[in-house]
Amino acid sequence: MLQYLALAGILFAIGVFGVLTRRNAIGILMSLELMFNAVNINLVTFNKFIGPESLTGQIFAIFVIVIAAAEAVVGLAIVLLLYRNWQGIDIGKINIMKW
Amino acid sequence: MLEKAYLIPLYPLFAFVVIIFFTRWKEKLSSYISISAILVGFIHAIFVMAAMIARHGEPLELSLPFIQHPSLTLETGIWIDPLTAVMLLVVTIVSSCVQIYSLGYMHGDPRWSRYFSYLSLFTFSMLGLVVANNFFMIFIFWELVGLTSYLLIGFWFEKDSASNAGKKAFITTRIGDLGFIIGILLLVAYTGTLNYQEVFAKVAEGAVPLGILTAIGIFIFCGAVGKSAQFPLHVWLPDAMEGPTPVSALIHAATMVAAGVYLVARSMSLFVGSVEASMVVATIGLITSFLAASIALVQNDIKRVLAYSTVSQLGYMIMALGLYGADVASDPHAHSVGYYAGTFHLMTHAFFKALLFLGAGSVIHAVHTNDIQEMGGLSKKMKITGITFFIASLSIAGIFPFSGFWSKDEIVVATLGHPIFMFFTLLIAFMTAFYMFRLCFLTFTGQPRNQDRFNHAHESPLSMTGPLMFLAFLSIFAGWVGLPWLSHGFSSFVYHGELQHHGPNYIMMLVSTLVAVSGIGLAYTVYYKKRISADAVMEKFKPLYTLLYNKYFIDEIYDRIIIKPTLALTRGMWWYDANVIDGLVNFTGWLTVKWADAKMWFDKYIVDGAVNGAGYICMAGAWLFKYIQSGSVQFYTLVIITGAVGVIIYRVTPGGFYYYLIGLVVVAVARLLAGMNRPHKVSVETEPEG
Repeated sequence: MLQYLALAGILFAIGVFGVLTRRNAIGILMSLELMFNAVNINLVTFNKFIGPESLTGQIFAIFVIVIAAAEAVVGLAIVLLLYRNWQGIDIGKINIMKW
Repeated sequence: MLEKAYLIPLYPLFAFVVIIFFTRWKEKLSSYISISAILVGFIHAIFVMAAMIARHGEPLELSLPFIQHPSLTLETGIWIDPLTAVMLLVVTIVSSCVQIYSLGYMHGDPRWSRYFSYLSLFTFSMLGLVVANNFFMIFIFWELVGLTSYLLIGFWFEKDSASNAGKKAFITTRIGDLGFIIGILLLVAYTGTLNYQEVFAKVAEGAVPLGILTAIGIFIFCGAVGKSAQFPLHVWLPDAMEGPTPVSALIHAATMVAAGVYLVARSMSLFVGSVEASMVVATIGLITSFLAASIALVQNDIKRVLAYSTVSQLGYMIMALGLYGADVASDPHAHSVGYYAGTFHLMTHAFFKALLFLGAGSVIHAVHTNDIQEMGGLSKKMKITGITFFIASLSIAGIFPFSGFWSKDEIVVATLGHPIFMFFTLLIAFMTAFYMFRLCFLTFTGQPRNQDRFNHAHESPLSMTGPLMFLAFLSIFAGWVGLPWLSHGFSSFVYHGELQHHGPNYIMMLVSTLVAVSGIGLAYTVYYKKRISADAVMEKFKPLYTLLYNKYFIDEIYDRIIIKPTLALTRGMWWYDANVIDGLVNFTGWLTVKWADAKMWFDKYIVDGAVNGAGYICMAGAWLFKYIQSGSVQFYTLVIITGAVGVIIYRVTPGGFYYYLIGLVVVAVARLLAGMNRPHKVSVETEPEG
């Protein structure tokens, strides 16, 4: 079980690092997918090793995948709009909320 | 007509109102309104007199309550008795003459209409004073007389001397009025009423203690002293000569100065209660009469001589009334003619003194000077004026059968039983005859002493000589109503107390005639024949002459002991006011301003400082923390994750949390330092578009 959890942790850490450091908005979205999947692995792992008779974890993982798909749609739409308005998708340049 | 007697004062009041409000711009019309009003009053007064004779002098009282209060009722009303009827007639006659005369005298005056309206108001006041039936009303009219005399004496107010004379008359009489009102208040306090008849009835019952009655008498007499120009308040009257001459005639003959005598006569029932008060009255009258007559001996201003003559004659009347009061007070059934003599002389004097003043006015009108030393020989040019003036002089000197003879003779008779009074009365009669004929001879006979003025002299127009002739007629015959042989003459018409019959006193007639004739004879010798040089006599009695010429220095004494100290005191008060009081006020103001300044400073720097300070602190905080708001999503995410990690660490090992925080700070500082060293925003600017 530890190997699974370690995998999930590594994946999550890679995702966080990606979110924090990528300048490309698409890259950030991809890193977010990584984090989702790390969580999914966690859910599935705990379901398998703690309560295999119920399918709670499995169902949760499916829900997350669905939500992630929806989130990817919204995220990509935002990125598209960013591109139209800034002629680029460099997150570092988009700072209209700055003081 | 008798019941309508209250209308008599209202005619001139009506004229006054109409002139002031409607016809002021039409000069001729204004004067005619004024004159016709007074003539109507005159005719009415004749009817009143006739009615009064018809009912044998039985008085009539009409009154309406004016202000009612449980403790005191003030009323407006009229009281018509023989004295009132006589006064009404005298006032209206003299006033009519004066107004008609003014048509000529005031010709071309720029304030013509106003002059006539004032005359009307003056006449109204005097008539109101005469018909009043209580002390409240008489006081009101008394003050009105004072006001109008002020207006008329100061009528030519462009002249300083005239406006000062007006003020002097007003203020001097006001001193007497203070006494008058104190007397009235005392009367109210002790009798609870103001109506003449009620007051006199209460006094007769003995409601007022003797001492108080004496005080009341003297206080009321104070009013008369002021108005009738008795010593020591006589100083205003000679100065009042600054007014137009017809006004002088009116003031001196019938209105203002007669008011004081009338008041004493009217209040006689008070004076007969107190010997002391009456003796004060008589003594003041005598002193006044003597002082004024002696001053008149040496004056050179024609109007001033007449003015002092008036003061002297008023002293006569007051003295006679006072002696009557004293006689009756000591013996209720005493045989005294004083009351009758005083009122009779008031009447006859009104006519001949009005005549004298109007004659003097006529002379002044002709030669444009008041100085008799510059006149002389004027009877050649002014026949009517000269003759009427001589008639009046004979009358005032007391020569048979002119009217002055009859009244003056009665005054001499009134002094029977008072040797000192009699001596001085005769002496004054002598002086009167002398100074009047000195005046006559210097003015109308001899050679002109100023040829230039003489050449310009001319007889006055008919509007002026007409009244002169009419008054001359009265100066001769008016006294005949009081012939001692008449059983129903003046003495049985105007009397006080019980009716007494006074027969003729031939010895007194002879004595007074002798005195008068010798006075005239002396004047004739000195000023007509010039057997005795007036200048030589003057040189011989230089100190006396100086004393008399300067009117006993009474004005100067008043100036020194009253006016100067008062001025000094007021200056002191002014200084105190200007420096101490104002200083205090200004200091308070200054202090307030300074205090306000201090508060303003506090408000500006402390209160506003606190408010602004709060704002500045907020701004400073915002300036510091706004950098958190970087607008970078990744930075926000970093903060969230850092925070989440912090929470987890805290949950797991609270101790480790601090190391975590320190680590964070170190990283942040390191980042900042690194950011500072890095060229700012280079990447943004150099990066190609893309």
